[in-house]
Amino acid sequence: MKATHNTWPWKLLLAVILIGGAAGTWGAVAKIDYQWRWNRVPQYFVYVAEEAQKTPFNGKVSSIVKKNGDAVVTVASGSQRVELTVTADSLKVTENEDIFSGDTVGFAKGWHLGPLMYGLWTTLWISAVSSVFGLIFGLVAGLARVSKNYTIRGLAITYVEFIRGTPLLVQIFIAYFLLGTVFNLSRNVCGVGALSLFVGAYVAEIVRAGIQSISKGQTEAARSLGMTKFQTMWDVILPQAFKRILPPLAGTFISLIKDSSLVSVIAITDLTKSGREIITSTFATFEVWILVAVMYLLVTSLLSQLVFYMERRLAVSD
Amino acid sequence: MIKAQNVVKIFPVKSGVVRAVDGVSVDVARGEVVVIIGPSGSGKSTFLRCINGLEDFSEGHIIIDGVDLADRKTNINKVRAEVGMVFQQFNLFPHKTVLENLTLAQCRVRRRGKKEAEERAHMLLRKVGIQEKAHEYPSRLSGGQQQRVAIARALAMDPKIMLFDEPTSALDPEMVGEVLDVMKQLAREGMTMMVVTHEMGFAREVADRVIFMDEGKVVEVGTPEHFFTNPQEERAKLFLKQVL
Repeated sequence: MKATHNTWPWKLLLAVILIGGAAGTWGAVAKIDYQWRWNRVPQYFVYVAEEAQKTPFNGKVSSIVKKNGDAVVTVASGSQRVELTVTADSLKVTENEDIFSGDTVGFAKGWHLGPLMYGLWTTLWISAVSSVFGLIFGLVAGLARVSKNYTIRGLAITYVEFIRGTPLLVQIFIAYFLLGTVFNLSRNVCGVGALSLFVGAYVAEIVRAGIQSISKGQTEAARSLGMTKFQTMWDVILPQAFKRILPPLAGTFISLIKDSSLVSVIAITDLTKSGREIITSTFATFEVWILVAVMYLLVTSLLSQLVFYMERRLAVSD
Repeated sequence: MIKAQNVVKIFPVKSGVVRAVDGVSVDVARGEVVVIIGPSGSGKSTFLRCINGLEDFSEGHIIIDGVDLADRKTNINKVRAEVGMVFQQFNLFPHKTVLENLTLAQCRVRRRGKKEAEERAHMLLRKVGIQEKAHEYPSRLSGGQQQRVAIARALAMDPKIMLFDEPTSALDPEMVGEVLDVMKQLAREGMTMMVVTHEMGFAREVADRVIFMDEGKVVEVGTPEHFFTNPQEERAKLFLKQVL
C-alpha cells in the first residue's frame, strides 16, 4: 500500500520551497541595488585574441594567397620558407616586399581558454593527483593500522591522528612555508603533498574499517588453502572491502575536490583563486562566485554519478 | 599421516586461563577417517583448527607427513596447501564465481595455469554434482550447494588430508544429506579425513575411529560399533543418551 501513496503534494511542496528560496534571494539582492553584469563573464571561459604573426628570419614575401577572409603569407629566403596565416584585413605586407626577422606580417585570431577554464583544469589535476597519492597513502596506512606489529600500527595511528586533528589550512601552510622552504619545494608539490597526506589519513580509516568489516572466515578460508598473508589481503580481503568502502571513499574524494580550493592560499591559481582574480578586475562578485560554485557542483556531481555506476557494476555478486 | 602429541591450547580469559585443548594425542593413518564428537565447548573444533595452523597451540607437537607444526622453521603455507579445510560457515569468496573460487588458490599457490586450474575445477564440480553452477556467484547457491563448492575448493589443491569443522551444522536439514554424500564418497575413495560433527549417523557409517572429547581432553576412542553400542566412560554414555 505504501508504494502507491500519492507523492505529488510533497513534490509540489518541495518545488514551492525551492522556488520560494530562490525568489527570496533574488528579492533580497534586488533590494541592495546590485548591478548584474552577466555579459562580462563569458570571456573568462573562452575569448578571441589577436596574435601578432612575425617572420622568424630575414627574407622576401614570395606570395600572398587570400581566401575566406584569411591570407596565407609565404616568406622565403634561400632554402628557408615559412607560411603564416593572418586575417586578410590585418595584413601589413605586400608581395615581394623585403622583411626582417621579427617583423609583424599581420594578426591571427585565435580562441583561447579563459582563466576560469585554466582554474578548473588546475583544480581537476590537483584533485586527481592528490586522489591517487591519497589512495596509496591511505591504503598503506590503513593496512599498517591493522598490522600486528606495534611500531607499524603506532606510526599509522600517529599519522592519522596528526592529520585529522589539525586544520587542512594549517597543514598547507606548514607544507609550503616550513617544508617547502627547508627542502626547496615548489608550491605545486607542497599543495599536492598536503592534500594527499590529508586525504590519505581519512582513506586510511575507511580502509581499516573496510578490512575489519570482512568476516574472519574469509581470511581463514584463504589461509587454509595455503595462500600467503599478502595473497589473502590482495585477492580476497581488499576486493571485498573495496566494494564496501566505495561510497565513503567517493565522499572523501568529493570532499577533496572542494578542499583543494584551500591551495589558493599558497598562490596556486585554482578555480577559486581564478574567481577571486576575475572579481578584482570586473567587480562581478555575485556572478563569478555563483559560476564557480556551479562549476564545482558539476565536477562533484559527475564524480558521484560515476561512483553510482561503479557500485551497480560491483553489485553483480550480491 | 597426522601425529598429534600432547597438544595443549590455552586461551587467556579474565579469571586466568582456559585449557581449551588439554593434552590431546591422536594418530591418524593414511586413508583413515576419524570422527571427533563431543559436547560444544569440548575443544574439538579448536583442536582441528590447530592441525592446519589456524590456531597456535601452546604445548606439544603436531606432525603432518613428517613436518612438525611446532617447529618455528616450518612454512605453514606449505603445510596448509596439503591440508584441506571445510568450515561450518562455508567461507566461499563472495566476490568470485564458483569457478574462480576453485581456481584462485590453484593459480596462486600451486602455480597452475588458468586452463589447467579450470579443467581441474570443472572435474571437481562434476564430482560434487554442481557443474552447472560454475559461473554463478556463491550468493545464488543454496547452503548445501555452497558447502559442496567449499569441499571442491579444498580438493582442488590435491590435499593429502581433509579436515571438516562441523560441515553440516549451518545447513537446513534437507541439505545435510547432499553434503554428507559427498563426504562419504571421499571417504570411500581413500581420503584421509578428520571430521568434527554432530551427525552420529555419518560417524557410525563412515568412521574408522570415533574420538569422544570433553573439556579439552580425549575421553574415549574406539571403533564406531564399539563406541555407539558399548561406551566405557560415563561422560560418553551421558552424551550419547542426549544426542541419540
